[in-house]
Amino acid sequence: MIRKNVYSRSQLTWLVILRILIGWYFMYEGLAKIFNPNWSSYPYLLDSKGIFAPIFITLTDYPFLMDVVNYVNMYGLTVIGLCMILGCFVSVANIGAIGLLSLYYLSHPPLIGVLYLIPPEGSYLWVDKNLVMLGAVLVQHFFPSSHQIGFDRYIFRRKQKQ
Amino acid sequence: MSAKDSNQNIDNKITQPESTGRRDALKTLATVPVLGAMAYGVYKKKKHEHSNKIGSTLFNFDTDPAIIERQTDGKTIRLGIIGFGIRGSQLMQALGFATPQYVEDLKMQASNDPRNTRYQDFMEQEDLNIVVNGVCDIFEVYAKDAAMAGANRKREGVNGKFDKIPTIYKHYKELLSAQDIDAVIIAAPDHWHGTMVIDAVNAGKHVYVEKPLTWTVPETYLVADAVRKSDVVFQLGHQGRQIEINHRAKDIIQKGLIGDVTLVEASTNRNDPNGAWVYAIHPEANPSTIDWKQFEGHPRRIKEYTDYMTSSGVAKYMGPDSRDKFSLERFFRWRCWWDYSTGLSGDLLTHEYDAMNHILDLGIPASATSSGGVYFFKDGRTVPDVLQTTFEFPDRNLSFLYTATLASQFNRPRKIMGTDATIELGSSLNVTIDGASQRYKEKIEQGVIKPGEPFYRYASGKSIDALSSATEMYFAERGLLFSYVKGKRYNTTFLHLREWLECIRQNKQPSCGIEQAFEEAIAAHMGTRAYLEGRTMYWDKDKQIITRG
Repeated sequence: MIRKNVYSRSQLTWLVILRILIGWYFMYEGLAKIFNPNWSSYPYLLDSKGIFAPIFITLTDYPFLMDVVNYVNMYGLTVIGLCMILGCFVSVANIGAIGLLSLYYLSHPPLIGVLYLIPPEGSYLWVDKNLVMLGAVLVQHFFPSSHQIGFDRYIFRRKQKQ
Repeated sequence: MSAKDSNQNIDNKITQPESTGRRDALKTLATVPVLGAMAYGVYKKKKHEHSNKIGSTLFNFDTDPAIIERQTDGKTIRLGIIGFGIRGSQLMQALGFATPQYVEDLKMQASNDPRNTRYQDFMEQEDLNIVVNGVCDIFEVYAKDAAMAGANRKREGVNGKFDKIPTIYKHYKELLSAQDIDAVIIAAPDHWHGTMVIDAVNAGKHVYVEKPLTWTVPETYLVADAVRKSDVVFQLGHQGRQIEINHRAKDIIQKGLIGDVTLVEASTNRNDPNGAWVYAIHPEANPSTIDWKQFEGHPRRIKEYTDYMTSSGVAKYMGPDSRDKFSLERFFRWRCWWDYSTGLSGDLLTHEYDAMNHILDLGIPASATSSGGVYFFKDGRTVPDVLQTTFEFPDRNLSFLYTATLASQFNRPRKIMGTDATIELGSSLNVTIDGASQRYKEKIEQGVIKPGEPFYRYASGKSIDALSSATEMYFAERGLLFSYVKGKRYNTTFLHLREWLECIRQNKQPSCGIEQAFEEAIAAHMGTRAYLEGRTMYWDKDKQIITRG
């Protein structure tokens, strides 16, 4: 069932802008990885900390899994971003984004006393940019805008009976 | 008509007015221009990064580090081990032979900490197709350990199955006369190196000897002579010859990429008793378990040493104990006394000298000047714990400074300073372009090269350029990221021994042969004598002797 939210003009405008910004962020992250022939998630996974760290680190022992992880990141990020920008299947893209962001957050949790090899800029206490982004994606999931501005408007148009 | 009205149209026909249909299309495609902006941005960014790629085009190398190919049908080499102290046991571990207890310890470490891969690394180490048929150590306990290690061909723990136990020889000459030994590894204290090499070569055995090559200057010539005249395969234990970033540094310099080199700096920094050769004294060591008479040294070597020290007026550095007096301290910590070693010069300067000799083909310096003293470890030792030695190469227009302290662990990379750029060799290789460079002047002015910042980096088999992420560079610095040669992590001692063994099988010349060893020995002795006598020592190229100028 397509929820038909009623937004004011400024609400819709900024929901769409937010969606574009989040989409751009994801898409460029993905493209940068695709265009970098040397990129691998290997060092990032190795630097995992927290209770799930052993799982992430064990992944690096399996070349096949590493290939999968790398492809999912490179192309997943790109496609998710593309979908958000174009407003195309955004609810699916949101779920993908939530999945990836959760994994990033669990792999590099901003815990007290934890040091990463690449220190993130900023100071964090349990809430970091991944978590905030996760929140933003969830908000945009429950405040959909792509059925009004975006390809979803065409894809999910109410079929006119003949 | 508004869009709302059209949706409530109960008319079954599609009757949306054109203006609404166009508004619909606009609202559908509203965000597509954003993609255009993205495409433009990505294009600009790629163009910008391409100019940064200059690094990899300027510093472009065809060859990647390679290791000598194994002969598939190579014969099994039968080894004899002389000396199973700290280094001797490390050499054997590098060959795949360790005492069952050592293997057991590795297993326990792995089970306590899943991230500790030392047991796995040891078990996965390539089988070098060797057997150990004889061992010799003048300390009974070490001799037994050496035998247990030699029998542990399958790398088992305490309850494992072992091969035939190698023969334990009480005197190294007996080992050398064994018919079932093709090659020997010499890891005895320094004052025995030269003598053992000569005897081994005369017995027709291939030799791998630990550094330094010699303890006295006269024996250096005898060793060189003996090895040159024979046809055994000889390798000196400077495993630094296997370090791949050093090979890359050599390539860079040969291509002239850093200009004229005028100053080279290498250092030693350590800050703990073990690093200052204050080794543990084994509880079972006593006059009945140690053959002290053998430890004292070869009479001719002792005479060479004594003659030099007394005639040069530096007899105060001898002793203070007399050679025939049994001393646990002098047995285990022999490197602290001139009576058995040449201290920092022979132990650590030689590694640095050989590395730079490899990279720059230095040969033997024209002169050496030294200074230093016992500034921290005032424990009765006679060798200095702080030492600076400068070697001059007027033919090459360069100076080489070696600087060492055993009381500071500060990390100082090796530096090769050229007019156009400087190479730093630490855990990775970094090239920093010089702001005043003529060769790179144009690129500096264009902003493509930023002087003062590392421009080219190479670590563990991979060139790291501007496109590599900060993560990759960070990890490479710590030696954590990339594997070494053809995707495999190797230990340099292992590679150095492996090279020697393959050279034996294929009758080739290894990378640290007698010529390189002779150069290392003379340079180190020049530095040693410069310290002892407090004056510059010179090398007379024509007469091939060390002189006082």
